[in-house]
Amino acid sequence: MSISKTDERIALGAVPAADQELMREQEAARLRAAALQRRAALGRAAIRLASLIIVLGGWEYFGRQTNPVLFTYPTAIANAAVKMIASGELWKYLWQSLIVLFIGLGLAAVFGIALGLIMARFRVVDIALDTYITALYSIPSVALVPVLVLWFGFEATAKTAVVFLFTFFPIVINTYQGVKNVDERLLEVGRAFRCGERDLWIHIVLPAALPFIVAGLRLAIGRGLIGMVLADLYTAITGIGYLISRYASTYRIDAMFVPIVTLGILGITLTGLLRFVERRIAPWAHQAGRE
Amino acid sequence: MSDGAKIVVDRASKLFLEGTVVAFRNVELSVRPDEILCIVGPSGCGKTTLLRCIGGLVAPTSGRVLIDGAAVDRPRPGVAIVFQHFGLLPWKTVAANVAFGLKVAGAPRGEISERADHYIKLVGLAGFESHYPYQLSGGMQQRVGLARALATHPEVLLMDEPFASVDAQTREVLQEELLELHERERKTMIFITHSFDRRGARPRRPRCGHGDASRTRQRGFDGRIFPAARSRRGARRDPLCRDEKSYMERAPPRGGGVRR
Repeated sequence: MSISKTDERIALGAVPAADQELMREQEAARLRAAALQRRAALGRAAIRLASLIIVLGGWEYFGRQTNPVLFTYPTAIANAAVKMIASGELWKYLWQSLIVLFIGLGLAAVFGIALGLIMARFRVVDIALDTYITALYSIPSVALVPVLVLWFGFEATAKTAVVFLFTFFPIVINTYQGVKNVDERLLEVGRAFRCGERDLWIHIVLPAALPFIVAGLRLAIGRGLIGMVLADLYTAITGIGYLISRYASTYRIDAMFVPIVTLGILGITLTGLLRFVERRIAPWAHQAGRE
Repeated sequence: MSDGAKIVVDRASKLFLEGTVVAFRNVELSVRPDEILCIVGPSGCGKTTLLRCIGGLVAPTSGRVLIDGAAVDRPRPGVAIVFQHFGLLPWKTVAANVAFGLKVAGAPRGEISERADHYIKLVGLAGFESHYPYQLSGGMQQRVGLARALATHPEVLLMDEPFASVDAQTREVLQEELLELHERERKTMIFITHSFDRRGARPRRPRCGHGDASRTRQRGFDGRIFPAARSRRGARRDPLCRDEKSYMERAPPRGGGVRR
């Protein structure tokens, strides 16, 4: 077999002239697809906007007819928000809570992912711990808050512990499930290519578990926000929970809604951020929507 | 048992579920170093399991599998498997998938990318290096799997229906490509298929026993084994090949519509 023949073979599917045209066509198709996607995104944004206008408009209309001690309406909330932001009040209390949320969530992520991986890897640990994990996950976390107060007092430590408790278990369980759900066939591919344990984890197990871990984090964000407010209300009254309860007790419903709306925006932002990061590091996990 | 055989399967059986299901029983075969062995048979007859045994992914229940005279108890170096399910890693690009075996084997970086490039071109996927598997068609994914196996420069290539998802034209090209590779590098190949274009494959009485398979619930191995003649040209002239003719004629016309 001569070399030149081989080279011809290698050129298979890469005939220059026809190929360049093909590539130009593909490039044009790519641009068209991008334009289509932009249009679709624009359509989605328009629907969201319309829905928002209708809901807020309705709220505004009916809200204005109710007793301001019991309910409020969007423009009043916006007014209060402007004042609270300008005075720095909102940020001050929000920050107290955010710190607790981030530390609690961060610790839960680190230890939760670690424990999930360890349980998935070592059968003994798995069998030894799995009952507790399931039990603690099933108990409404609120029930344990008084115990945490007893142990950690009323200050930031206790609040962080509450957030940790709320967020730890979904992360552990999802990480564990992610590892356990790795496609058996891909593990076999790894073995066929003589992967060691380390290579198996780096090239196959961890990437396969990643979408599960991210889903766990997403769950944890939702639960973490609950834990955060709960901690503010059940322990020393500070942070955003303090803001809510103070304005509620003084019948300032419009101002009370400011931290509540802020929490909603916070949830959307954090989840969106996570989704963005996931898309960047795990583009394959979104194959369904991308055909 | 012939001497100098690259692969020897010595009365190997694989039973599942306490012996109630027989994948194959008392299979005996040997493959010479430069031989292509085609295993043909209906689905469920244990072809894949036999291949997995030879690849060292599962151990036979009884009997032995030897490669180069050494018992296979785990995947051996120099043996590459092309999986029926492709087995591509969804989180790796085409280039990274093809490079996977080399990377795990610890090849130097320059060599990895060089060889990956070469085999991506060989299977006709140039320009798709940075695509992810989900962006490719089934046939293209299968070719990535083939390139990944070839990139490790294996002495033994075990292929489980490597062209099942490839269209007839591409199959023709790839099959030709493999035969050429075989002539160039003298690889040992075991090839599982249920629709092999048996040009150059001369049937001979299957040497795999399937003695009491009928007594079990599932059929045992009853695949027929066709060792390929050494050279395709020789095979075409071989009178024994003539009775394969009707079969061949149903195969797609040679190179029809394929740019080459």
